[in-house]
Amino acid sequence: MTRAQMKQRKCDDTAARLDGLAVPSGAAWATELRQHSLTRLLEMGLPTKRDEYWRWTDPATLTSAAPTSAEVFDAAEVPIFDAIERLKIVFVDGVFDAAASDDLTGEGVEVSLLNDALSADIHWAKDSYGVLEQAGQTPVERPIAAMNTAFATDGVVIRVTGKVAQPISIIYKHTDETSDAILHNLVKLEEGAELTLLENGPAAARYNTVLEVEVADGASFHHVRAQGRDHERRAATHIFGRIGANALFKSFTMTANGILTRNEVVLELLGDDSQAHVGGVCMGDGTFLHDDTVFITHDAERCESRQVFKKVLRNGATGVFQGKILVKDGAQKTDGYQISQSLLLDDDSQFLAKPELEIYADDVVCSHGSTTGAIDEEALFYLKSRGVGTQEATDLLTLAFLAEAIDEIAREDIAANVLERLEAWLARRKG
Amino acid sequence: MLEIKNLHVKLEEEEKQILKGVNLTVEPGKVHAIMGPNGSGKSTTSYVLSGRDGYEVTEGSATLNGEDLFDMEPEERAAAGLFLAFQYPVEIPGVGNMTFLRTAVNSQRKLRGEDELTAGEFLKIIREKAKALKIDAEMLKRPVNVGFSGGEKKRNEILQMAMLEPKVCILDETDSGLDVDAMKLVAEGVNALRDGTRSFVVITHYQRLLDHIKPDYVHIMSNGRIIKSGGPELALEVENNGYADLLAEQENS
Repeated sequence: MTRAQMKQRKCDDTAARLDGLAVPSGAAWATELRQHSLTRLLEMGLPTKRDEYWRWTDPATLTSAAPTSAEVFDAAEVPIFDAIERLKIVFVDGVFDAAASDDLTGEGVEVSLLNDALSADIHWAKDSYGVLEQAGQTPVERPIAAMNTAFATDGVVIRVTGKVAQPISIIYKHTDETSDAILHNLVKLEEGAELTLLENGPAAARYNTVLEVEVADGASFHHVRAQGRDHERRAATHIFGRIGANALFKSFTMTANGILTRNEVVLELLGDDSQAHVGGVCMGDGTFLHDDTVFITHDAERCESRQVFKKVLRNGATGVFQGKILVKDGAQKTDGYQISQSLLLDDDSQFLAKPELEIYADDVVCSHGSTTGAIDEEALFYLKSRGVGTQEATDLLTLAFLAEAIDEIAREDIAANVLERLEAWLARRKG
Repeated sequence: MLEIKNLHVKLEEEEKQILKGVNLTVEPGKVHAIMGPNGSGKSTTSYVLSGRDGYEVTEGSATLNGEDLFDMEPEERAAAGLFLAFQYPVEIPGVGNMTFLRTAVNSQRKLRGEDELTAGEFLKIIREKAKALKIDAEMLKRPVNVGFSGGEKKRNEILQMAMLEPKVCILDETDSGLDVDAMKLVAEGVNALRDGTRSFVVITHYQRLLDHIKPDYVHIMSNGRIIKSGGPELALEVENNGYADLLAEQENS
């Protein structure tokens, strides 16, 4: 089959898969945007394992017409971020739960539901919804994100004008074994604004989320996400960020369990002297695949980007990392750093990594490293020789391995909260 | 009391015999020095006693106060009172020195069925002991041995020894890579731990360390055996004449 024929077949399959599906209703401009996204999707076709960036992660269950059912997991524990004072917005299987949510008002911030924004005749989201997602489709296509923009039923729309002290926290709950959620969040930080966004929980048996973030000059965005503990849930998530001058973008994701997770992050540094940091830790056990696919573009001078991803895998779990730094012509004094590491706790697990650098400027510093290894025997013996038992020593070294990524979380109380969850994961493993 | 009898050890991976019948009895409160040329089996002895992987005991025994060391995991040997000061202390990025020490102290206490120290109790003790070794608060906060100088690493070993209060301490070339001042500081740290019951096995190449840590006995090791034992004067003899005479004497006997 020729490449053109393959592409045609992919598009035909996608057309058949989406046949008869109407985009959600809303204001005329929103319907037009959604229709346009659907057209883009039909032109790209949904991904298959033959696609370059899906070679290691089979997207079949992420794109199928119906989700594979996922048992609801009752963790019987206090949810993460519970002790942190925050503005809570709750979705249950992708549906907004007004009763469980706080009043959506705050100082220096406007919060509304996507559904409301896209139903209003006049709303600032008109000029933002799907814009970064569409920009993020080149040079690598991300059809699942286009599908999200076309079919997202709800989400949160946030415009930040001041320094918001209290984090906004989106809580996703999964209660239905066959729920299938498509949610789209939009965050716009105006000049000098500051916001911390928290997200936690599995949104459904299968969920597709997009987060678009515009960070204007001098603004700071902090994002910490915990993807929930349901073992069988499947997730495809995208974060698209555009960062102005003297600005800060930080995003951290913790993933423990979940049968399939594909997290894509696409960032563009467009203003000078800015920083973009993305990090993540994942703890995988058994039938588990976790994929971090990151693309950071430097298109301004003196910007710093960091990608720090750490994975702990055991019992046959698989980790994937595909990370790219693109430094455009003229993006001088770029400082790019990328590290992806996995700790394999047994011989059955595997880590697949593809670091990429593409540099067109001549005065830049870019480094990348990717390692796969077991627990350091020397360090283990050192600890044991001091009286620390094998299990405790292994846990200590595992947390030490993850430390560099956790350091990416700026707020100490949130970092401590994440660390507690990782310790709990290790403790459960012993039982 | 540490008692090593007719210890034979080979490498696990290859047919290479390293120790060929080591005998050594270390009584409470005594300091034994082991000297000898490179490759004579000094470090292997310390590793085998502390339980490092990669060695196979083919014959002989080692007991600590009557308990068979080779029946125990490394952490159990530590809890029973054995301590090895490493020649090359291991760097552990991501684990704070303080966390490491507290985990070690409390793990041993737990293994011995004692109450764990609270954070406050631990802090009080470590501050005092660190001060004596000129280890500042910053060094306690940093990851274990990461970015430490040679002297700092060795002082950190002695701090661990001071915190863990072992019965028998093996110092594996603790003087290597140290300048004179650092060596004095380390020796002072060791001497401060001499209490009449705690014993020491000091492995070294040079007599110099033994000027500061005065041994009761000196043993010369060669080709996997202790070939000569004596008092402190034996170390001086080696310093003046090298090992050649002793080795020749051994071959002729």
